[in-house]
Parts: sequence; structure tokens; C-alpha cells
Amino acid sequence: MIRLAEWYDFRDLGNTVGSLLDQIRDWGAPDWVPYVVSGLIGVVAILLWTVLSVLAFIWIERRVVGLMQNRIGPNRVGPNGLLQPVADALKLLFKEPITTREADRILFWLAPIVVFVPTIVVFAVIPFGERMVLADLNVGVLFLIAVGSLNTIAIFMAGWSSNNKYALIGAMRTIAMLISYELIQVLVLLAAVLFVGSMRLGDIVAWQAGYGVWLLFLQPLGLLGYIVSGAVEMNRSPTDIAEAESEIVAGYHTEYGGIKFGFFYQAEYLAGFAIAAVIVTLYMGGWTLWGVEDWVPGWLIFLAKLYGVFFIYIWSRGTLPRLRIDQLMAFAWKFLLPLSLVNVIIIGGEKLLWQEAELSSGEALPLFAVVNWAVAVVLIVGWAWVLGHQRPERVAHRAVLTQEVGAIHFGEPAPTV
Amino acid sequence: MTVRAEPFVVNLGPQHPSTHGVFRLRLTLDGERIIDADMVMGYLHRSMEKLAEERTYTQNIPFTDRTDYLAAMTGNLAYVIAVEQLCGIEPPERAQWLRTIMCELQRIASHCMAVGIFANDCGAWQTPVMHMLRDREKVLDLFEMACGARLTLNYMRIGGVSRDVPPEFMPAARKLIKELPKKLNEYEDLLLENEIIVERSRGIGVLTPEQAMANSVSGPMLRASGVAWDIRKADPYAAYDKVDFDIAVGVHGDVYDRFVVRLAEMRQSVKILEQTLDLIPDGPVHAQLPTATVQPIDQPVAPLAIRPPVGEAYGRIESPRGELGFYLVSDGSPAPFRFHIRSPSYINLTPLKLMSVGGTVADAIVILGSVDIIVGEVDR
Repeated sequence: MIRLAEWYDFRDLGNTVGSLLDQIRDWGAPDWVPYVVSGLIGVVAILLWTVLSVLAFIWIERRVVGLMQNRIGPNRVGPNGLLQPVADALKLLFKEPITTREADRILFWLAPIVVFVPTIVVFAVIPFGERMVLADLNVGVLFLIAVGSLNTIAIFMAGWSSNNKYALIGAMRTIAMLISYELIQVLVLLAAVLFVGSMRLGDIVAWQAGYGVWLLFLQPLGLLGYIVSGAVEMNRSPTDIAEAESEIVAGYHTEYGGIKFGFFYQAEYLAGFAIAAVIVTLYMGGWTLWGVEDWVPGWLIFLAKLYGVFFIYIWSRGTLPRLRIDQLMAFAWKFLLPLSLVNVIIIGGEKLLWQEAELSSGEALPLFAVVNWAVAVVLIVGWAWVLGHQRPERVAHRAVLTQEVGAIHFGEPAPTV
Repeated sequence: MTVRAEPFVVNLGPQHPSTHGVFRLRLTLDGERIIDADMVMGYLHRSMEKLAEERTYTQNIPFTDRTDYLAAMTGNLAYVIAVEQLCGIEPPERAQWLRTIMCELQRIASHCMAVGIFANDCGAWQTPVMHMLRDREKVLDLFEMACGARLTLNYMRIGGVSRDVPPEFMPAARKLIKELPKKLNEYEDLLLENEIIVERSRGIGVLTPEQAMANSVSGPMLRASGVAWDIRKADPYAAYDKVDFDIAVGVHGDVYDRFVVRLAEMRQSVKILEQTLDLIPDGPVHAQLPTATVQPIDQPVAPLAIRPPVGEAYGRIESPRGELGFYLVSDGSPAPFRFHIRSPSYINLTPLKLMSVGGTVADAIVILGSVDIIVGEVDR
């Protein structure tokens, strides 16, 4: 029998599903039935989780950003405004779907679906806990990259088909941005895969749990690259250039309303969760926490870490201004790309050293951690210095104070901050 | 190889999140580069100058609230100064000091908005503007105490101010100016050295002093270009000749300097307020209008109307946006024959094409934000 009532079953939902599938086999069903049922359970669970998480985080984000902005945030619908996301979703559902007259109708309708599907499919390869992965692909990282780049097409479809100039500018910006940052993402993931020696996300988590060290201690440059390219991919400030509100209204989804806009909105949140999930899995030990996972359900640990990482993006949205597109591109090609290339070379060298010199993991990993963090700090500071972070024409200053009317102070040195 | 695309016309506005009202900017783009910029104004034209010719001098004061609606006090003051020049009225001492206090409070409130909205245009999603609105609200509380309104104040009168401030006003104002420097420090800590703000605004929208003067630019924009020109010092009105303050001047004429100058001016306003609250004398707040100018006429609407002698006058002050001037021509009747507003927003906006061509769309928005226009004042 399935014993849902006992709490320790919740530690590992994978076991519960396993015993359910055994039950089905016991009933004498053909082999494909448990196979299909297991898939369906996973899909339903992931869909349910994503929808609930998005609803919860719409509320959390609005309240948290409200706190940062010195206002209250939604607090009218339901206790503490908890039902506000539900009210928003219902309102979007009941709005009239408007298609602009000169729009490319097929693409216009297709784009919200095409943007939504890849973002949710990503979760298929993410291990939420022990044995809690829908498709344990041995090329999981490759799958992440392949699926993650699909929503670029959807965004361009939306921008092109709307027949709106703001939308087209937004779409063009998105293409330029995502292609650049995709490259960094690939290089950063390459370093991680190279060091661990497997593309299966479960193996990467197991490797980190086995050695008791998270990859973020070993690959700080990789983490930096992934966080930044993640922010670009999910269109969040300071990189919300594709939908820069103060410049191009809403970018590629300017013409969308109703539930079609809702799809874009939800896809954006899901992309955020997907990025956070990948960061947690690759760099923060996934569902493990140095033994705590024996006591607390692994999926709870995973979700706690995921929401923690997502909070960074909420925080940055509440605090940072936006970069200009050329500055963001320069940051990718001049700053992050060389750094992630160096990262790949260093990580490759260390892997080789580890194998050839026959160091024990107790010797090698602390050494690599110290070296990589030192290299990261030196490279970030040094390369910023080389690129001219403190160029004279880019230094903050204060105003000159004078009593003399009519004097001209143009070009004079100004007091520093 | 350079890829040439066809020029691409984008209308920013009249309905757009960043045009600060209904202002339309017609940009011709080559990719993201601006190759031409056209300004289309008049969406908020309410023909105030013509309407004012139908009303008495006192009835026109509320119009001046509604041109620059973020700085109603300075709008009021510029107009009443022009009428006082026309009639030769000298307001009493206390009224002059009250005017100074109100104008400086208004400058702080208006610059809070200007700096916050500028950060918003840079893409800092609402946070700076919300924090600055918090402090603007405190100034508006003081205004409410003084005259009962928060936005369209209608406080200044020809020959003084509408009423003296209540006894609780001065302690409240003292409390506010005590805490304002802390808030200003906070803004400077957060924004002045913010790498993204510096990167977005340094070297953008540069106006050299020659260009600025040729375009008749005034206010913080002119000062950001390095010209130390401030009507409060150059042609003192109210009680500005009795207080000590500095003119804040920029050195590069770019968007960053306009932002820096506004922050520094808020500090100077606090400095002026500290002095005025100590120096303000007691006494009447309204001058007795000369009997020759106030005479009963046979009109049911305006039984007592000011009839200035035939002539013309130009009253000008330093509003938060620049030189705000009212040019009035009187033909001896109760209504002005000609009522013209020299509005700083409109004139500061004219070099927009000069500043934005060659930049990107994102730059154009930041430049427009740094001009700090009020469309009510641009179109009147």
C-alpha cells in the first residue's frame, strides 16, 4: 500500500511515485502503462508547481518591491492581497483578445505558445530531489542550452508579427542580446561540465554532494557569467532592454493583451525560475545541503535555494537602472567573453592537473578553490581596469559652487565625490 | 562592411510612458541611431494666454498654477511680480520673505520630481522616484498648511500673499529642513556614483555654453553647461538679496551635470531656507493696494478690479526649470491687453534635436528626462 500519511514519505516524493508505479505493475497492466503514468505524474506536478510558484511570486515580488520603494503594494484582494495574482489572471483571461489590423495573424497567435513551451520544458531535466527528475537525460546540459535558446525565436516572432515599431525594436534588441549572452552561457556551462565530467544534471549534483563542495566555490567566474546571462535571458533590470518601459513601451509584447500577454508574463517568470534552477543545480549543490537532505525533504531544500536565487533578480529589479544596448553588448563581448574563455582554460588545466598529478580530492579541491577565487578577483578588477573602468570622462563628480554671476566654468575640473 | 538600413520613423508619444505628458517626439532612426528628431507640441494647448486677456488680473493667478503644475508657487510669483511692476506696488517685508520660503520649498519639491523621474528614465524602475516622492509629499504638507492646497496652490497675491502662515508652519518647516540634508545624502550615496547612471548620462546630450546661450536655455540646464547665471543673484526679487547662497554650476554640459546641478541646488535651497526661517520679520503680509488702481466698476463679476496704468511690464524669476517670465501689457482696463508667458520648459526643449541627433533611442529618452519639461508649461 502507499503510505502517504507518514511524513518521511514526503522526504522523497520519488519513492511515493515508485510505489504507485509498482502497484500498477502488480495489477498486471502492460509495461507502457506505468511508463506513461510516470511521465504524466511528472508533467502534472511540474505544471502545478510552476503555476503556483508564479502566482506566489507575483505577489511576493510586488510586495517586496513595494517595501523597497517605500509603498505598500497590493493589499486589497484577499488577506494581505494574497489573491491579487488570481484576480490579475482572471482579468487577463476575460479580456478581449485583440489582434492589430496589419498583424501577421498566425505568427501573432503562435508566439505566446512558442515562448511558453520551451520555458516549461526546461524543468524536465532539472532534478528536484533524489529520483525526482522527469527525464534524466545523459545530455541534460545540452538540452538546457538547446531549449533555452528557443524562446529567442518566439520573441522575434512576437515582435515581427505585431507590425509595431516599438515591438520590432524590442525584438531586434532581444536577438542581438540573447545571441551574445547565449555564447557566454555555453562557455560557462562547458567549464562546469568539463570539471565534473558529466552532462547529466543528476551526476553534477551527485558530484557536488560526493565531494562536499559546491561548484560556486570552484568556479566563481562561471557563476558570475551565468547570473548575468540569466538576467539578460529573463529580461530583468538592469538588462530589461528588450522591453525597456521608459523607451519602447513594452518592447516585443507591446501589442499583446489579455491572456496572450499573460503567457508572455508567465513565460518570463518561468524563464527566471529555470535560470535559478540551473544555478542551484550546477553551482549550489542542487537538492543537497551537506547532509541536511537526510532530515529535510530534498525538494524543499532545492526550492528554498531556487527562491533564494530568484530573490537576487527581484532585488536587482528594485534597485538598478538600465544599461543601454551597446553598453550591454560591450559588456558581453569585451568583458564576460574573455573572462569565460579564461575560465574554461583554467578549469581545463586544473582538471588535467588533478588527473595527471594524482592529487587527492582533499588536496586538490581547496587548492583549486583558493586559486580560482584569487584569479576571479584579479581578472575582474584587472580587466575592468584595462578596459578603462575609471576613464576620466566617466568619473562621478559634484557641481562647482560659485558666487560670481556670469562666469563660465565649462571644462574646469569639478570637485570629486 | 557597414549595413545601411532604410530610415525608420518612430513616434515617441503623444502616448508614451516617458514623454512626461502629451509631448510627441518624431524620431528618424537608422537602426538604433537617431538621424533626425522632430518635436511636435501643442497636445496640451489650452490657450491660456488668450483666456487671460478676458479675465481680471487677480482672476489670472490660478492660470499660473496650471502652467507649471509641479511648481505652482514660482508660477504665481512671476505673474504677481509682473503685475506689481505694472502698478508700482511694493509688498511688505514679511510677504517678501514668505515668498522666498515658498519658492525654495517649491524648488526642492520640483527637483525631487525631476531627479526621480530622470532616474526612472534611466531605467531605475520607480525606486528613486518613489523615495523622492516621499520627501516631496512633506513639502506639499507644508503647502497645505499654508494655503490649503497641495498642487495648484494659488497662494501669491498682487501685493503680497493670500494669508499669513499658521503658527504651526514654522516649527514644521524647521523640522523638515533639519531632516532634508540626511535624505539628500542618501540620494547622493545611491545615485551620484551609481556606475550605470554615470555610464548612461556622462557625455550624453552635451550643450556647450555657446550653444546653450544661443538657444536661450536657462535654469539648471544653462548652469550645467557651466554658465553661472541665476536670476536670484543676477536680478534679485523677493528676499534673495538678503540671503547667502551659491550658484551650482556644472562643467561638462551633459545629462549627468544637469542631474548633479539639481542635487546641488536642493542643498542650496535648504541653506536658503535655514536663513529665511531665522530672519523672517513679523508684520503684515499684504500691501494696501493704491486706491487709484482698485476702483469699483459697473461689472457684476468683478466689482473691485485692479486697473493698472497703461504700460507694459516683464516680471521674471528663477523657477525650478529656468527663467520664468510674464510679459504684460495694460491698456488701463481690468484685464491685461496682452499676457505672454516666457516658459522655461518650452525654450529649454528647443535644443532637443541638437542634443539627441547622433545618439540612440535610449539616449533621447534620458536627454528628454534631463530637460525636465512640464508639458503644461510647454504648450500652455
